[in-house]
Amino acid sequence: MSLRLSSGGRLIERDRPLDFTFNGRRLRGLAGDSLASALLANGQMLVGRSFKYHRPRGVVASGVEEPNALVGLGRGGRFEPNRRATTVELFDGLEAVSQNHWPGLGFDLGALNDLAARFLPAGFYYKTFMAPRGAWEKLFEPLIRRAAGLGRAPEEPDPDGYEHFHVHVDVLVIGGGISGLQAALTAGRTGARVMLVEQGPHWGGRAPVEGVRLDGRPAAEWVDAALGELERMGNVHLRRRAMAVGVYDHGYALLHERVAAHTPGDGRPRHRLWKVRARRIITATGALERPLAFVGNDVPGVMLASAVRDYVVNWAVAPGRRTVVVTNNDDAYRSALVLREAGLEVPAIVDARPQADGPLVQRAREMGIRVVSGSAIAGVKGRRRVRGVRLCAHEGEGAVLEEIACDAVAMSGGWSPVVHLWSHCGGKLLWEEGQAHFRPDPQRPPTGADGAPLVFAAGNANGRMETAAALADGQVAAEAALKALGTGRERGGARAPLPAVAPEEVAPMLPVWLMPRKAGAKARMKMWLDFQNDVKVSDVELAAREGYESVEHTKRYTTLGMATDQGKLSNINGLAVLSEALGQPVPQTGTTTFRPPWAPVSFGAIAGEARGDLFQPVRETPIHRWHETHGAHWEPVGQWRRPYAYPRDGESLHDAVIREVRNARQAVGLLDASTLGKILVRGPDAGRFLDMIYTNMMSTLKPGRCRYGLICNENGFLIDDGVVVRLDKETFLCHTTTGGAERIHEHMERWLQTEWWDWRVFTADLTEQYAQIAVVGPKARALLERLGGMDVSRESLPFMEWRAGELAGFAVRVFRISFSGELSYEIAVPAGQGLALWERLVEEGAAFGIMPYGTEALHVMRAEKGFIMIGDETDGTVIPQDLGLGWAISKKKADYLGKRAHQRPHMTDPNRWKLVGLETLDGSVLPDGAYAAAEGVNENGQRKVQGRVTSSYFSPTLGRGIALGLVEHGPERMGEVLAFPATGGRIIRARIVSPVFYDKDGEKQNV
Amino acid sequence: MGPAEEGRQKAGGNVANFRSSAASSLGKRGAALHVSSVIVILSGAARVSRPPCRSVVEAMKRYSALAIAREAARYHRGWERAWASPEPKGDYEIVIVGAGGHGLATAYYLGRNFGITDVAVLEKGWLGGGNTGRNTTIIRSNYLQDPSAAIYEKARALYETMSRDLNFNVMFSPRGVMMLAQTEHERRGYLRTVHANALQGVKTEFITPERVKELVPIIRIEGPRYPVLGALWQPRGGTARHDAVAWGYARACSAMGMHIIQNCEVTGIVSEGGRVSGVETVRGRIGCRKLAIVVAGHSGRLAEMAGFRLPIESVALQALVSEPVRPVLDVVVMANTVHGYISQSDKGELVIGGGTDGFNNYTQRGSFHHVEETVRALVETFPIISRLRMMRQWGGIVDMTGDRSPIISKTPLEGCFINCGWGTGGFKAIPGSGWAMAELVARGTPGPLAAPFGLERFREGRFIDESVAAGVAH
Repeated sequence: MSLRLSSGGRLIERDRPLDFTFNGRRLRGLAGDSLASALLANGQMLVGRSFKYHRPRGVVASGVEEPNALVGLGRGGRFEPNRRATTVELFDGLEAVSQNHWPGLGFDLGALNDLAARFLPAGFYYKTFMAPRGAWEKLFEPLIRRAAGLGRAPEEPDPDGYEHFHVHVDVLVIGGGISGLQAALTAGRTGARVMLVEQGPHWGGRAPVEGVRLDGRPAAEWVDAALGELERMGNVHLRRRAMAVGVYDHGYALLHERVAAHTPGDGRPRHRLWKVRARRIITATGALERPLAFVGNDVPGVMLASAVRDYVVNWAVAPGRRTVVVTNNDDAYRSALVLREAGLEVPAIVDARPQADGPLVQRAREMGIRVVSGSAIAGVKGRRRVRGVRLCAHEGEGAVLEEIACDAVAMSGGWSPVVHLWSHCGGKLLWEEGQAHFRPDPQRPPTGADGAPLVFAAGNANGRMETAAALADGQVAAEAALKALGTGRERGGARAPLPAVAPEEVAPMLPVWLMPRKAGAKARMKMWLDFQNDVKVSDVELAAREGYESVEHTKRYTTLGMATDQGKLSNINGLAVLSEALGQPVPQTGTTTFRPPWAPVSFGAIAGEARGDLFQPVRETPIHRWHETHGAHWEPVGQWRRPYAYPRDGESLHDAVIREVRNARQAVGLLDASTLGKILVRGPDAGRFLDMIYTNMMSTLKPGRCRYGLICNENGFLIDDGVVVRLDKETFLCHTTTGGAERIHEHMERWLQTEWWDWRVFTADLTEQYAQIAVVGPKARALLERLGGMDVSRESLPFMEWRAGELAGFAVRVFRISFSGELSYEIAVPAGQGLALWERLVEEGAAFGIMPYGTEALHVMRAEKGFIMIGDETDGTVIPQDLGLGWAISKKKADYLGKRAHQRPHMTDPNRWKLVGLETLDGSVLPDGAYAAAEGVNENGQRKVQGRVTSSYFSPTLGRGIALGLVEHGPERMGEVLAFPATGGRIIRARIVSPVFYDKDGEKQNV
Repeated sequence: MGPAEEGRQKAGGNVANFRSSAASSLGKRGAALHVSSVIVILSGAARVSRPPCRSVVEAMKRYSALAIAREAARYHRGWERAWASPEPKGDYEIVIVGAGGHGLATAYYLGRNFGITDVAVLEKGWLGGGNTGRNTTIIRSNYLQDPSAAIYEKARALYETMSRDLNFNVMFSPRGVMMLAQTEHERRGYLRTVHANALQGVKTEFITPERVKELVPIIRIEGPRYPVLGALWQPRGGTARHDAVAWGYARACSAMGMHIIQNCEVTGIVSEGGRVSGVETVRGRIGCRKLAIVVAGHSGRLAEMAGFRLPIESVALQALVSEPVRPVLDVVVMANTVHGYISQSDKGELVIGGGTDGFNNYTQRGSFHHVEETVRALVETFPIISRLRMMRQWGGIVDMTGDRSPIISKTPLEGCFINCGWGTGGFKAIPGSGWAMAELVARGTPGPLAAPFGLERFREGRFIDESVAAGVAH
C-alpha cells in the first residue's frame, strides 16, 4: 500500500486539505499535491488500463513522461480525457475518472484481450480480418472501432477561453532547473532580453529532490536566490507552467502555458499559447529516466526509481512499504537511500552490474541495504499490484534464485537527455557509449536564418549528468548563445563564479536492454517497452524478423512510441532492442524523427481567441446594419456577408427574389455594391501596366470613361472581370468581383514586384474606403434628379462614363455602368457616408417604389442579360473566347497576360465548349451544374458529354426557367435540343438559344 | 548470355511457376487478363509479351487467422520477412526510382498485369517513408473532370479489393467522405460534381444539412460563420491504413521476385544516344532498359538528372493527429471553405490535414500558422474538440503542377517515364496510378487512364483543372 508519510514533503501544505473524487469516491489530498501524488497517498495504485490488452496500470513516473496514469478530468463542457495525473495540480473539487475499461477499473472485460495476447502480436491485424469478403467492413472494423480510443470525448462545447501572446527575445531558456537558471543568470546579467520558462509549477528541477548542496547550502536556497536575482533584472521574463512544445524554423518557438488549468472557471484563460521569436534558444530540458525491460515490468507498483524518490521527497508519499530497487547504474541508489531515510523498507537493490562499489553503493550498504550485484529480476509477482519479485542472474536465461516479497519496485535503466526540442528543427544527435544515450551533437546544431547555430543544449539535456557539470554547462551554453548573437555582450562583464558543488563519484552504468540478458522467447512476451500501447520486446523483435528493419517501420508496425506519451519512456529502449535484433550498433539504427509537440497541446490553445465572432471576422459594409434591421437573408461571399434577398413577413425567399427583380426592372431598385473590389492603380506607367493585366486596351481609355475589362492568368484562363475607370491621366480605378479583390490585388503586385519592378506604378486596395450603391431601374434617373445636385442626364453622363459631383449634398462619383441591363448608376461615397446616402435614397425613393435587392436578384438579372459571372461561367478552365468575349481581347497589343497561352493548340481548338442560353422545353428550371449527355462512352467507360449548365434561374421577367451553359459548337447549334440527365433518373430537355434573354439590343441600359 | 539476360530468364521462370500454381484458380479476372496480354502481343507496341503474373499470393506464405494461431504456438518465431532485402544486381529490365505507394504499385502491376518481374524498386530511405506514410489517408473519387474521375475511381475500386488481392489487410474503410458546402458557390460546385459523377460512374449525392448532422452528430451546421448548406457525399469513399498499402505491395512485389532496395539513393541517370541505360546510385551503377521515376516531392531533382524540367513546385503540406478518444466521428469530413479536413482513425485519433506553405521548400516541416488555421476552423466546426489535444504534427513535401493534376508521362529521354505531381492528394490514387503507370512503362505508350496526364498537356494548354471541385489541399 502506498501512503502519506508523517513528515517531509517539500511541496505540500499539510494544513490545506483538498477534497477530490476518483471514480466517484471522495478522497482527500493536500495543497501542492499532483493528482498522482494524491491518488498514491490514498492508496490508489491502480489508475487505468492499457490500450490493447487492458492490463492493469499504475503510476510509473512523476512528470510529463507518464504513460499510464491517464484520467478523465472535470465534467460537462469542462470534461477532458487523457490527462496525465502526474501533471495535474490538485484543486478542491477536482473530479477524475479512470479510462479504457468496462464495466469498471477493477473488473474489466476488455482484459480478455490479455488472455489472448499471444494471438495478438504486433501487427496481427495486417494478417487477418480479410475473410470472408466484406467481413472487415461489416464485422471486424466496427469491432476494432468499438475498442478504439482511450478516454471519451467531451460532449459539450468548451466554456473556457484561450489566448495567444507574442514575444520577441534575444535568448529563450527552456527549463527551470539549475542549468536553465544558470543560463538565464549568465544571459540576463549582460542585459540581453531573456525569457526563462519551466513546464511545471516549480523551479529548480531535480536538484532540490536530490539533496544537492550548492555553496554548502541546500539547492532550494540557491534556486530561490537565483530567482530573486532574475526577478530584479527587468530584462528577464520568467514563466512557470509554460511548456516549450515546439521549435520551428527561424527561432520560432511555441510555449503552452497552463494559466488556469488548476483554477478552473476563475475567469482567466485556461491556456495561453506563446509564440516566441527567439534569436537564440537554450534547451536545458533535463533528462528522462528509462525503465528496464523485465518480465512483469508493467505491474502496478513498478515505477521509475527517480519517480519513487520524487513522491517521497516532494509529496511525502511512499509508493510502497517494501520497495525493491532494480538498476544498472548508481543513480537509483539515491532512491533506496531516500526510502530508508523515510523509514521505509528496501529489502534489496538488484544491480545488473557484475560489481557494484561506487560511493552511493557504499552508502547503501552502510545503511544496511542488501545489494545483489550481477542480478536481475526474473519476474514480478502480482497482477493488480506488485506482491514480490523473483531474482535471477543477469547473465542468464532467468532461472529463479530467490523470491523477495515487496509491494513496489523502483527501476532505473539509466537516463536519456531530453533532445526533442533540439531535434525539432534539424539538430543532430551523438550516441554516448558510456551513458548509453543520445545527446545533442554540438557540431550539428539547428541553424538559424543566418546559418549560425540557433539552439544550444545545456545540462542534463546536453548529456552533462553530474550537478557541477550541468551547472557549468548552463553558463557555457548562455555564453555561446550570446556570442552567436554577435552583440559582443558576452565579453561585457567578468564571469560570476559558479557555486561550489561537492564532487560526485559515480561508477559506470551498464547498458541493459533486456533483463536477464538471455531471457527466452516466452519471457520477452512479458517485457513491456511501451506501457500504454502494449508493445513488448517480442513485438519489436517480431518486426525486425519480418523485415521492418527501419526504426520508422518498427515504430509503425508495432505502434511503439505512438501513444499519448509519444515514447518518452519507450523509444530508446525500443530502438536498442531493435538494434540487438538486427545485430547492429544503436546509432546505426538511428532514431525516429522528433516532431512537435513535446507534449500534447489543447486544440483550444491552438485556436486561441479566434472563436465565434472572432473566427474569421465578418467584413461588413457601411450599410450592413441597415440590411440586418431590414430583414436581409445573408449569403457568405468571401469574408463578407451580402444580403441574398430581403424577404418580407410571410414571404418565401423565392418570392422575395421575384419581387425584387420585377421592381428593379419596372421601377427602381437599390443594391449595396460596396463589396466589389476597388483597386487604385496609379503612376506614369499605369496604362501600360493595365494593358498587360487586362486583355483589353486600357491605356487608350479617356479620363471620364469606363471600360469592362477581363483579367486572365498566364495560362490564359479568365480569373476576374470588372469595370475599369480612368480617374485622370495617371490614375485608374479597377473594379473587381467581390471575392476577387484581394486575389487580384495580389496578382497585380506579384507581377509588379517580380517582372515589372522598374515600372512606375503603385496599387492600393481601396475596397473598404468607399461605399458603392447601385441605383437600378427605369426610374433611377428621376430619383437622382430628385436628390438634387449634379447633372445625371443622358447627355451629360452617358452610358459607360463617370462624373464626380454632388448629390443631395454628398460628394460623389457616379458611374453609369449596368450589370442588370437597366438604366443604372453606381454611386461611390467615402465609406463613412455610405449609410447616410443609402438612407437618403430609400427615403427619396419611396415615391418611386424603391426597394433594395440582394445578390440573387442581381444574379437573375445578369443571367437574363447573358452577362457572365466569375465562378459560375468560369471555373479555372474557361477562356474569354469560350464566352463570346473575344471582343474584349485587344488585337492591337503586343502582349498581355494570357496572350501566349491563348495561342496554344487546345485554346484554339474549334471543339471547345462555348457559351449559349438554354431554355427547357417545359419551362422548368434546369438543375444547377447538369451536364448534356452525348452518345456513347469514352475509353474509360464514362458517358460522353457535350455541354453543361453554368447558371440556372427562374426568370421572373420571362416567367420561365433560363440557363446559361457551355456547349460543344453551341453557337452553331441554335434551336437544337439537348438532354440533361438529372438526379433521380429524370432527363430534362432544353433548347439551345441566345444567351441574351432580355433586351437583346441593350436599349434599356442606354437610355 | 549476360547477367541481365540471366536475370530476366530467371524472372521469367518464376512467372511460369506462378502461372502453373494458379492455373486451377483462373476465374473471370484471369480471363480478362489473358485478353489484355493478347492485346499487348497484337499491338506490338511493347516487346513485352509474357503472360501476366497473376498468382502473386501463392508465392507468399499466406497471412490468416490460422497462420497467426500456428505461429502463436511457437512464439511467432516462424514468420518470414515481409519483403526480401537483396543486394542490387547489375542490371534490370525496369528500374523504378521511389519505393513509395505509387512506385511499388507500379511494380506490382507490371508483374500482375504484364508479367514483367525483372524489376528493381530503388528507395533513398525506407520504403513508404515519403508521402505514403505521411498523408491523412483519405480515399475518394468525387472529382469533376473526366480524366480525374476515371483514375481516382479506378484506384478507389482497386482499394475495395486490395486487402484480399495482396493478402495484407490495408484496412480500407469505406466509411463515406463528406465535403461540406458552406457557400452558395460551393453548393453549386458540388451539385455540378454530382451530375458529372453520375455520368462518370462515380456514386455520389448531394445531401441536406439535416443529413449531414445525422451522419456527423458533433458538427455545428448552423454556423455562425459559414452555415452548412449541404454536402457532397461519397458513401464508398473512406480511408485505409497508409503504411499497410506500401507494405502490402512491397511484400507482393518481393514475392514475385522483384528487388526492393532500400537505402539506395539515385545520384545520376545514365543515358546512351538519348536513351536511358541505367542509374548511378550510392550502391553503384545499376543498368536498366526502362526507367520509371516515381518520387513525389523530389521529382524535379530526378528530372534534372534525366536532363529535362518539370512544371512542378515542391511545397510542404502538414498534418496532425489528436490523442486517441472513443469514436465520435465515423465519416471523413472535408471543409474546404475554412480549410480543414478530419477523420477519426480506428485507434481513435483525430487525423487532421491542413494547407500548404506559401513558399517552396524540401524540409518536410511546415509553418505553424497553417496548423493554427486548420485547428481553429475545426474547433469552430466541431466545438467539442476544443479540449482534445494535438499529439503529433508533421509535414511532407508535395509536388504541385500548374493545374493541380498529376503527370503520368513519357519524357524527353527515351525509355524514361515519370509519375508525379499528385499534389496534396496522391494516396487515394495509388493503385490507379500504379495500374496506369505500369501500362505506360510496359507498352511505352499510355493507356486511356494515363493518356490525359501527359506532360505535353502543359504545352498544349490542355489542363485538367479541378480547382472548382477541390480548391484546397485534399
